Amino acid sequence: MTLSTKHLLGIKYINKEDIHAILETAGNFLEVINRPIKKVPSLRDITIANLFFENSTRTRISFELAEKRLSADVVNFSASSSSVKKGETLLDTVKNILAMKVDMVVMRHPHPGAPVYLSKHIDAQIINAGDGTHEHPTQALLDCFYLQQAFGEFKGLKVAIVGDILHSRVALSNIFALKKLGAEVEVCGPPTLIPKHMDSLGVRVSYDLRKTLEWCDAANMLRIQLERQNIRYFPSIREYSMMYGLNREMLDSLNKKLVVLHPGPINRGVEITSEVADSDQAIILQQVENGVAVRMAILYLLAGIKPAA
Amino acid sequence: MSKDKLDLFPEGKLQVTLQRLCQQLIEHYGDFRDTVIIGLQPRGVFLAKRISELLKTRIPSLDLPIGTLDVTFYRDDFRKRDIPITPNQTQIDFLTENKQVILIDDVLYTGRTVRAAMDAMLAYGRPSTVSLLVLVDRVRKRQIPVSASYIGIKVDTMETQRVLVELKESGGKDRVFLVSKEE
Repeated sequence: MTLSTKHLLGIKYINKEDIHAILETAGNFLEVINRPIKKVPSLRDITIANLFFENSTRTRISFELAEKRLSADVVNFSASSSSVKKGETLLDTVKNILAMKVDMVVMRHPHPGAPVYLSKHIDAQIINAGDGTHEHPTQALLDCFYLQQAFGEFKGLKVAIVGDILHSRVALSNIFALKKLGAEVEVCGPPTLIPKHMDSLGVRVSYDLRKTLEWCDAANMLRIQLERQNIRYFPSIREYSMMYGLNREMLDSLNKKLVVLHPGPINRGVEITSEVADSDQAIILQQVENGVAVRMAILYLLAGIKPAA
Repeated sequence: MSKDKLDLFPEGKLQVTLQRLCQQLIEHYGDFRDTVIIGLQPRGVFLAKRISELLKTRIPSLDLPIGTLDVTFYRDDFRKRDIPITPNQTQIDFLTENKQVILIDDVLYTGRTVRAAMDAMLAYGRPSTVSLLVLVDRVRKRQIPVSASYIGIKVDTMETQRVLVELKESGGKDRVFLVSKEE
C-alpha cells in the first residue's frame, strides 16, 4: 500500500485510493494507540519539524503525539517566538531548519498555498496542517474516518457542512474528500458566508438550517472565523446563533439521530449550544482521538515512500 | 511435478507434522497453565488456530488464549522497500505479563520477522518465557541469531528459492512448496 503523492498538501491533490489507504491504515493505528504501550518504532530514523505559523492547540498536539507514538524525533517551531518576527522569509526559515537534516515538515500557515509553494522549493516531505482559508486535509480525513466507522460506506451518505463556509479550510477539505468518496454534500449558512459557484464543486447549497438538518445524516458545525473576517458578514452573533446555531430543541425535533461533528475550537452558544456539544450525538472528542490515529497513518504512509538514494 | 518445485509436505504429511508439533507442545507445557499462543500475521495466525484446535481435541478442557500479532510497524526494512507492506490486524486481548508465550509463524528465514515480533510483543507485557514454533525452518540463511524451539521441517535452501505456503484458510489447498524465484 502506497500513496500516489510525496506530500499531503491538500485533499485536492490526492485520489480516492489514497484516502482509502489512509483510512484503512488509521484503523490499524487506532488499535495501536489503545494498547498498554502506545508506541511503535516505525519512524525511529526520521526527524519531523512542526512549523506552526498560526495558533493551534488540537492539531499541533495531535501531530506531536502521532509523531512521538511512531518514535520519530520531533522539533517544534512557532512563529511567535522565532526569527520570523525579525523579518526572515518563509523559504529561508524552512531551508535553515532543513539544513539540520529534517526529513518531514508539518506546517500550518495563515496564507493559502504556503505548503504548495514550499513543496516546489524544498526536498523534504510536507504535510499541510492548515493553510489559511484553503485546506486542512488531516481534519477532513479524520472526519471521514469517523463517518466510515459510523456509517460503513460513503455512497449515498448525506453530510451537511454548516456555518462560515467562506473562511473555512475544514469545509473545503471536507467537500473534496467526501465528494471523492462518493458522499453527497450540502453547505448551509448565511448567503454572505457561502462562496459563489459552490455548484462547480458538486455541492448543494441551502440557507435554511432546519431543511438541511432534515436532509442530512451527519452535520459538521463550523465556527465563525472572526479572526479572518475584516468586514461584517451578518448583523450580530446573536442573530447568527438564532438562525444557524444548533440547539437541543432543534436536534430533538428531527426524526432521527443526527451525528454532530465539530472540528473545534467550539464557540459554545454560537454555532452549537453547550447541551448539544456535550450530548452523546456530538462526537467531538472521538474526532480528537481519531485525529491521532489518522495522523499516524498519514505520517507512516508518507514516510514509507522510499527516499531517493 | 517440475524439478524445481518441491512439495515439502506431500500426501497429507502436513497434518501429521502438526500433530507431532502438538505432541511436543504437550510434552513441554503440560496443562498449558499461564500459556498463550500468538500467531504472526498472516499465515502464522491460521497455523495458531489449527494448533489450538488440535490441542483441544487432545485436552478438551483446554482454554488457551490466542492473539494475532502484526509486526509491520516494527520491521527494520521500513523505507528500504519499494512499496511499504500493508499492515494487518493485531488483536491481543490479554497481557503477556508473566505468561509463557508460544509464537507461531509459517516460515523462519532471516529471523528479522521474529525479531520484530519480539519487539512488538513487549508492548503487551514481559512474558516469563517465549518459544517459537515454525512450520518451515530455512536453515543456514539466518541474518540474526534467532532459532525456533519447535520445527515442522528443516530445509536447506538457496537465496534464489522461495517457500510458498498455501493454507485452506486463505483459499489455498494446504500445500507448501519450495520453488525457484524465477518461476
